Formats: sequence, structure tokens, C-alpha cells
Amino acid sequence: MDIGRRNNVTVTGRAGGPVLVLAHGFGCDQNMWRLVAPALAEQYQVVLFDYVGSGRADPSAWDERRYSSLEGYALDVTEICEELDLRDVTFVGHSVSAMVGVLAAAKAPRRISRLVMVAPSPRYIDDDGYRGGFSAEDIDELLESLESNYLGWSAAMAPVIMGNVDRPELGQELTASFCATDPDMARVFARTTFLSDSREDLRTVTVPTLILECRQDVIAPREVGAYVRDVVPGSRLVTLEATGHCPQLSAPQATAGAITDFIAAA
Amino acid sequence: MMGRTDRSGSEPGEGQDMDAADAAFTSLLEDSAEELYEHAPCGYLSTLMDGTVAKINTTLLDWLGLDRSQVVGRMRFTDLLTVGGKLYHETHFAPLLQMKGEVSGIALDIKASAGRRMPVLVTSKVKTSEDGAPLLIRTTVFDARDRRAYEQELLRGRRAAEEARRQSEADRERLQEALAVLQQSLLPAELPAVPGLEAGSYYHTASPDLLGGDFYDLFPLDTGRWAFFLGDVCGKGPQAAAVTSLTRYTLRAAALHDADPVSVLTTLNTVLHERYRSGEGRYCTAIFGVLEPADGHADVRLASGGHPSALIQRADGGADYLPTPGGLLIGVLPEAPFVAARTQLLPGDTLLLYTDGLTEARTGPDRALYGEDALRTFTATRPSAGPQALVTALTGLLASFGDGLDDDTALLALGVPAALPTTTSENPT
Repeated sequence: MDIGRRNNVTVTGRAGGPVLVLAHGFGCDQNMWRLVAPALAEQYQVVLFDYVGSGRADPSAWDERRYSSLEGYALDVTEICEELDLRDVTFVGHSVSAMVGVLAAAKAPRRISRLVMVAPSPRYIDDDGYRGGFSAEDIDELLESLESNYLGWSAAMAPVIMGNVDRPELGQELTASFCATDPDMARVFARTTFLSDSREDLRTVTVPTLILECRQDVIAPREVGAYVRDVVPGSRLVTLEATGHCPQLSAPQATAGAITDFIAAA
Repeated sequence: MMGRTDRSGSEPGEGQDMDAADAAFTSLLEDSAEELYEHAPCGYLSTLMDGTVAKINTTLLDWLGLDRSQVVGRMRFTDLLTVGGKLYHETHFAPLLQMKGEVSGIALDIKASAGRRMPVLVTSKVKTSEDGAPLLIRTTVFDARDRRAYEQELLRGRRAAEEARRQSEADRERLQEALAVLQQSLLPAELPAVPGLEAGSYYHTASPDLLGGDFYDLFPLDTGRWAFFLGDVCGKGPQAAAVTSLTRYTLRAAALHDADPVSVLTTLNTVLHERYRSGEGRYCTAIFGVLEPADGHADVRLASGGHPSALIQRADGGADYLPTPGGLLIGVLPEAPFVAARTQLLPGDTLLLYTDGLTEARTGPDRALYGEDALRTFTATRPSAGPQALVTALTGLLASFGDGLDDDTALLALGVPAALPTTTSENPT
């Protein structure tokens, strides 16, 4: 199987430079990194990809069982590392991908040497003595949201596909596919993302880890960031002056800067 | 009269009408742009880039059941959303807005007054400064309660349809599986090995949804003799399959009792006629025969009830039918005459039994019947390489018919292997 095609892998940046693998979270695709990738590409070889079930990954590779656990997504990552023979990788995972990175690093310790967790949360649902911020019913509500917006997608996306793009640098293909995932696959990814519990996995991390959180994030609140820092051995937590769940979009320079500083120091 | 006068009024009169209309509109529209903003039939909202609400109209505040002072400068846009809406906003809406500068028609739920949820459609656009720096986000919020209810119905309908489709696919699979098992029970799993004989068979199923009515078998009678038969029950489907089953086991049982081909077919005729006397008649055509391999050849005695004649491919080239004319359909009349024939298969000869799916296939541009002459020519021009080779050649022929072959087709070929080429002493020692 052609992993590169399966996961829509793109490699940019300085050939032979230290390797960064940037992994998107639930919701969109590799274009989430569009604002930080150029800055990082000056120094690093930047590997971007879409998980199967997202973006422009090959839909025929979808396997509901495999992608019903984070292990399946971690397998995508390690298979990409194998295929490209990547070594000494800094894996940057956004949101749920931070936890995918933990699993991938455990699977491929000889390839993944550092983790950057962007707005991570090991457990979204509140639990005994743990506050993730959500209840199981909330997640059902999200699944409903996905479903009702699926009906709207064709209408919402049509003008974009017709070429009415204000920001040509994004390109029509990007806007047409960005965030527009197959609803059935999105539902599986949503369940896997929001119903998984990776708290125990955090304790097993052995590589240098940077945690990036936003000052204000409804999905990964600051107490979760502190929890991750406390549990991951030797990790560093940096709070970005940004709001929302996607600092790579809302504060791209600060995000790229923090990643660069971390690699330089680690 | 008045109307007439008015209507005849010239341009100045029309001008007066328009002035009057303008005045009427003005008195109605005495509201300012501010008034229009506040009480527009949709919600308006302006937020800073971090989502903090900077301005909100009365319509939206009413939907939310909140005071302006509770919201402006204190809440973010996501605070107005239900939790599911928040998650959707953060994972889809916000990234899209940040990348594209605008997002339209996204379905979200807001936390309305009295703890209710209100489905809305949200459109947001980023306002930028002249140098392109984002300044604030303008958002319109449309009441989508009716539309969402309608969509829920659509979704429910779609789910029900998908469920029904899954169910029917599963049912169909189960049915086909059952049919395949049943069909297999009407045919030998594999032909037995007969000492001194070679045999080949093929069964083409026209439709996996329909049980075919063709059947054949080959089985030992006693130490030196073998019985074979091939036939075709009229019709298709479960009723035909029931007749096929009855026919097959009747033939086998009758043959053990008295293997004379005419006697066997007579017994079958009696059984079928008895069984289906009342109601819709069920009948079949068949050839039944007995093979007796002897020293280097095989004697064949067979009888036919309304079935196409067997064809013999001769070792020395050529092919001929073994005529069995006049045999009656089996099961139609209480007593029926059946026609017997005998022949001898020499080494390299092959006896072919087939059902009319083969000869009645449609071929060529004018969809003409393939026919018995064509079958004989085809067989005669194949090298005499034994039953299996002949069956393979005929299988290829059937495949070449494409959709011209619309009936089930059974083939059974029996022959005496050609004598091994005598190893002459070309290399005398």
C-alpha cells in the first residue's frame, strides 16, 4: 500500500533538516498547520498528513474498527515514519493528536524523539476527581451537531467550490476539503476523540515533551494543561497568549516560536 | 366615473401617487438604522477576535433571555452556545473562519431563555482593517427551529431508509446463502471417480436469486455398472427445486431397484404424475443411462423422456447425436412411452449430456438460437481430448454468449480415456 497517498503526506521545508511531523486533530485536516508550516519550514523538514477519514486521505483505506481507537491513528503515524524512514522526529500533535503522539512514540521509540502537545486533553469527560470539562451527553450533542451540519455542507461549500475565494493563497481545493469530512468517518473520529481516556498513557512518556496551551480554551481548559504537565515526566508547559483551541491558527508566530525554542533546548 | 377620471390622469398625477407612497413609507420607516439593527428579524453580534461580545442586538438578547449588561464585554460567542455547539465551533467553525475569513450557514444551538436550546444558522465574517489585519467578527444568527425540525425528519427518514437497506441486504444475503446450499444439494458435490472412465460436469446458474431446475448425477449401481442422468425441470424457483429434489432421489432409488433406463424413467413418470396430479402440473425432461466399462470400452444404454439427444464426440474426429426421438415429457401423462438407445464408447469417445440452456442461448446480432447443429459442429471441431477438455471448451463457449445465455445450463460428459500412446521403441537399447 502507498502510505504517502493513503495519508495524503506532503513533505516540505529544509531537506536534511531536523524532522517535524505535524498532526491535525479532530475536525479538520493538515491545512490546520498552514499558518505555522512556512515559518517552521525554514529550519526543519516538515511532514504533513491527513489521518485516514480526514481531509484528502484515501477514503477507501477507511476501516471503522481500526479507527475506533486511538491506536489506529497512531498506526497511521508510525507507518508514515516507517515509509519515509524518518528518524529523530519531533511529533507535534494538535488536540487529540497529542495523545496519538504518546501512543506512536511508545510504538516507535527509535523514530520519535520529542513530543509537542498542542492544546492536549487526555480525557474530555469528567471523572471521579478529574475535570475534563464535558459530560457524555455533551458528546452526543456534538455528534448531533456533526449530523445537522452535514446536511448544510453541500450548500455551504458550493460557493467555495464555484471559486469565490477571497484569499487565493488558500486555493480552492483547500477550502473545498478543509473540515469537510465524510460524516460517517467524522462521527467515528469524534467518538474516538472524546470518549477515549489516555490519562494512564501519559505516565509512560519517556521523551522530552512540550505542552502548549491557550490562555482561554473551552475544549482543553487550563487545569487540563496543568494536569498533563504534572503527569508527563519532565514535561514543560507553555501558555500562549491566545484564545480558542487552535493556537496554530490564532497565534501562529508564538506557536512556531515555542516549538523552535523547545527543539533548540531539548 | 371617478375611477375613470383618475385613470385618465397624466404624468403629474402619477408623480403625486409616488410622493404619497414615499410619505407613507417614511412614516412607517421612521425608525433609524439603529432601530433596524436592534429589531431585525435575525440576531446580530459583533465580537472581538478572541470571541468577546462587543455588540449584540435586541432580537438575539431576547432569544437568549439575557440583558445586554450580562453579555457585552463579559461573554464570548462560545458562551452563548450549547456544549455540543461549543465543541463544533472550536473544531470546525473557528478554524474555518480563521482560514477563510468567513463561514456561512453553520447549524449550531444557542442556549435560549428558560434553559431551552434554540437551533440557529450562523454566518460570520471577519472585518479587516485596510492593511488586512483582522479587527472583529460580525455574525448573523437566524432562527432555524422550523428548518431543524424538518431536517430532523429528513435525518430520521434517512436513518430508517439506511436501516431498511441494511436489513434487506442482510436478508438477501441470507436468502442467497440458503438458495446456494439448496442448489448444491440438488447436484453432486463432485463426481465420483469411475475406474476406466473419465467424467466432467459444469453447472451455470443464470441468477443467484433463483433456484435452477437443471440436475445431473453419476453414481455406482453395483461393482461393474454406473448410472448417470441429466435433466431439466420445467420452471424455476422453489417449486421447481422441490420437483428437482423429488426427481433426483426417485431416479437414484428406482435405479437401484431396476436399472433398466426405460423402467427408471417410467417409475419417475408415475411418481411425478401422482405427486402433482392435482393442481399445477410439474414435469421434467431427462436422460437416464447405465454405463458398463468393459475391456477398453464402455457400453451405454440410455433412455430419454423429452430431453435433447445426447451428443457423442468420436475419438477419430466428428460428432453425432444419439437420437432418442419421441420420448414424452416425464410426469405429464399417467403412462408415457420412453425411447431407449444404446451405443458403445471407444477409447477417446465422449458422451455429452446437456440441457437446453446451451442450445437455446441467443447469439449474434440477430439473437438467433445457438441450436443443435452449431453444437455438433463446435464439438466436432474440438480435438477429442476427453470429457473434461470438452466441458472446458463448452464452458468457454457459454461464457462467450454473455447475456445471450439467460437460462441455467448443465453439462455432463462421460468418456473412456484414449489409450495411452504406445511407447514405441524409438530408442532401442
